[in-house]
Amino acid sequence: MADETTRLATAAAPDGTTDVPEHLRRELEEAFERTVGGEGRVEPRDWMPEGYRRTLIRQVAQHAHSEIIGMQPEGNWILRAPSLRRKAILLAKVQDEAGHGLYLYSATETLGVDRGELTEKLISSKQKYSSIFNYPTLTFADIGVIGWLVDGAAICNQVPLCRSSYGPYARAMVRICKEESFHQRQGFELLRTLMAGTEAQRAMVQDAVDRWWWPSLMMFGPADGDSPNTQQSMAWRIKRHTNDELRQRYVDMSVPQAEALGVTFPDPELRWNAERGSYDFGAIDWDEFTAVVKGAGPCNAQRLAHRRAAHENGQWVRDAASAYAAKQEARRREGVAA
Amino acid sequence: MGGPDSDSAYQALAETLDGDDGRWAFGAGFDAGTAEIDAPAPEGVDRDDLATYCLMLADDALVASQRLAEWTTHAPELEEEVALANIALDLLGQARVLLSRAGHLGAAEPFRVGPQDDEDVLAYFRDERAFRNVVLAEADLGDFGRTMAWMLVYSSWRLALMTRLVASRDVVLAAVADKAVKELAYQRQYAAQWVVRLGDGTEHSHARMQAGLDGVWPFVEELFAVHPVEARLVEAGVAVDPAELRAELDAVLDQVLPPAGLTRPERPAVGLVAGRGGRDGIHTEALGPVLAMMQSLARAHPEATW
Amino acid sequence: MSMSDDVTAHVEGEPHFDGAPKARWPLYEVFVRGKRGLNHVHVGSLHAPDDTMALHNARNLYTRRNEGVSIWVVRGDAITASSPDEKDPFFAPAGDKVYRHPTFYDIPDSVPHL
Repeated sequence: MADETTRLATAAAPDGTTDVPEHLRRELEEAFERTVGGEGRVEPRDWMPEGYRRTLIRQVAQHAHSEIIGMQPEGNWILRAPSLRRKAILLAKVQDEAGHGLYLYSATETLGVDRGELTEKLISSKQKYSSIFNYPTLTFADIGVIGWLVDGAAICNQVPLCRSSYGPYARAMVRICKEESFHQRQGFELLRTLMAGTEAQRAMVQDAVDRWWWPSLMMFGPADGDSPNTQQSMAWRIKRHTNDELRQRYVDMSVPQAEALGVTFPDPELRWNAERGSYDFGAIDWDEFTAVVKGAGPCNAQRLAHRRAAHENGQWVRDAASAYAAKQEARRREGVAA
Repeated sequence: MGGPDSDSAYQALAETLDGDDGRWAFGAGFDAGTAEIDAPAPEGVDRDDLATYCLMLADDALVASQRLAEWTTHAPELEEEVALANIALDLLGQARVLLSRAGHLGAAEPFRVGPQDDEDVLAYFRDERAFRNVVLAEADLGDFGRTMAWMLVYSSWRLALMTRLVASRDVVLAAVADKAVKELAYQRQYAAQWVVRLGDGTEHSHARMQAGLDGVWPFVEELFAVHPVEARLVEAGVAVDPAELRAELDAVLDQVLPPAGLTRPERPAVGLVAGRGGRDGIHTEALGPVLAMMQSLARAHPEATW
Repeated sequence: MSMSDDVTAHVEGEPHFDGAPKARWPLYEVFVRGKRGLNHVHVGSLHAPDDTMALHNARNLYTRRNEGVSIWVVRGDAITASSPDEKDPFFAPAGDKVYRHPTFYDIPDSVPHL
């Protein structure tokens, strides 16, 4: 970060919120904007506008929650995975997601929030997670489609975040994106296998694609006109592209892949537009999107109840480990004193 | 894919699907086969006996792995999600090689109904009575305390077994054992740490930990029973004598239980049926539902591969 | 990757979020030496009840149980970090200690790879 900002920050309170005279705040903000605008990285101890910090905490926490809640729809099939190879892959993939959640919670903690606090917010519905995970996984083909379409959409969203202006987030995303690309490939490979299999397996794939296509388009968030935070997030280089840009890119990449697989997307208006050099596609059902975001999706209540139960059922274990650590520490001190 | 800055997440997708990239975590390949699986049975060793022994050790791991996988998304903390999945993956890996070996020795043929690989024929198309695992492997894992008690017993016993199996005359068993020793040492350490933490944590955790240990205790005795197949293969220098393993489990418990403040339970062992137990395919009622869950999808599509 | 900039150490005057009624495990920072010849590098953080478990979890999470790498775990509250206001006094003096700069040393061209 620029020296100038650093020097200015010296005079400011650490969190940049209190006791900063107005003229100094303006200077700090300008210096911050210069760093971010010049593709510099903001690091945890730097001064940052409170809005930037809040936006980041919300976005990264939401991302972390999505990884953790996202374990559930796939976890639904681990015990029933129809071959041992698929079982191993799925178990490892869901495990990766726990790891991704941990990387991301770790990034939010650099912003001064505690993971326990974020978990409380998740299970009390005060923070959100990606709505896609409120849809059910009904067949094993859903596992392939989640890898191909859902992880694919996530990658589209996430690859640009490897260049996010906030250093710890960007670094976490580099790790995550590397693993996500494997996740997506395993999904596509599973679908290819099923498409080369029996009639029932092919039907299973098409059914899963029909159910997941529209929700995957919704993963990019509201249309640009209805996304009030996008401009600020882009100016801060927290986000790098608008929702609609990413969505279009995703559609353009997915259509040839669907053709290669031999499946169709459930959208009669989907067609190549030579003039734009892109695919046109039909209108997204934003009413459904809004309903799911507000908690009325097929699995919202179930997902949260599941996460809450795991957290609460584990409290005695976490308490015991803390109590044991305290006892050990006391014994160590006694030993030193004796 | 290219560098993370390239924005081209899909670039590699189409190109590398046929490559050897079916692995990304924990250095564990997802394809079970190793070249050694084709090795002939050691001279003078009965093929059926060897296949049965492979099934015993495979089923111990497969069923235990399936049980542990039940913890997914239910663990007491996210770090424990990662650890438990690791352990389930390790056991699944051991099971797969052993099943493939058993299949190579002819064990899959009576169960084959479709085009599946040997390991999947044996995992998905055998009924309960054909499973050869000790009943400890199928036992309900209960809460985290009971799971840790279970894991301490299971991993200590299996580690003692695998440590000796490294010297087996069968190259596949020796190779499986060589890898498993490291994995099981990790498991045993993980379990031992938690048993002590929970035993010496809060009053509540102490009570639950003791109850967990009490709950798995009836399944311990069977671990040291010698099946006739094992007896013959011990003679042939291929198998490990289970009776030898008791002292090692005792030593581990003597080391772990006192600092945990736990007492060694005095509970009767689960009974046998006309002298027969898990190694003969005589199980507890716990195994049926475990297999029903595991096998349901594969059996609904007997002509399919995945 | 930058070294230790995102260590979540608490410094005086920074908001500190505990005081929750239920036990939470403390935060540990994790440093990994990826291979011989490299420094330990900060890779992230995790929660654990004690040092032993922290090391165990770090191995699971950040090294994928890759044997042979070296891991340090340090409790976050044991780390004292420079804060931006200390940067100048800390880092400025190095500028006048010319022996710290590689160009101070006149290496003959015949010595390779320096």
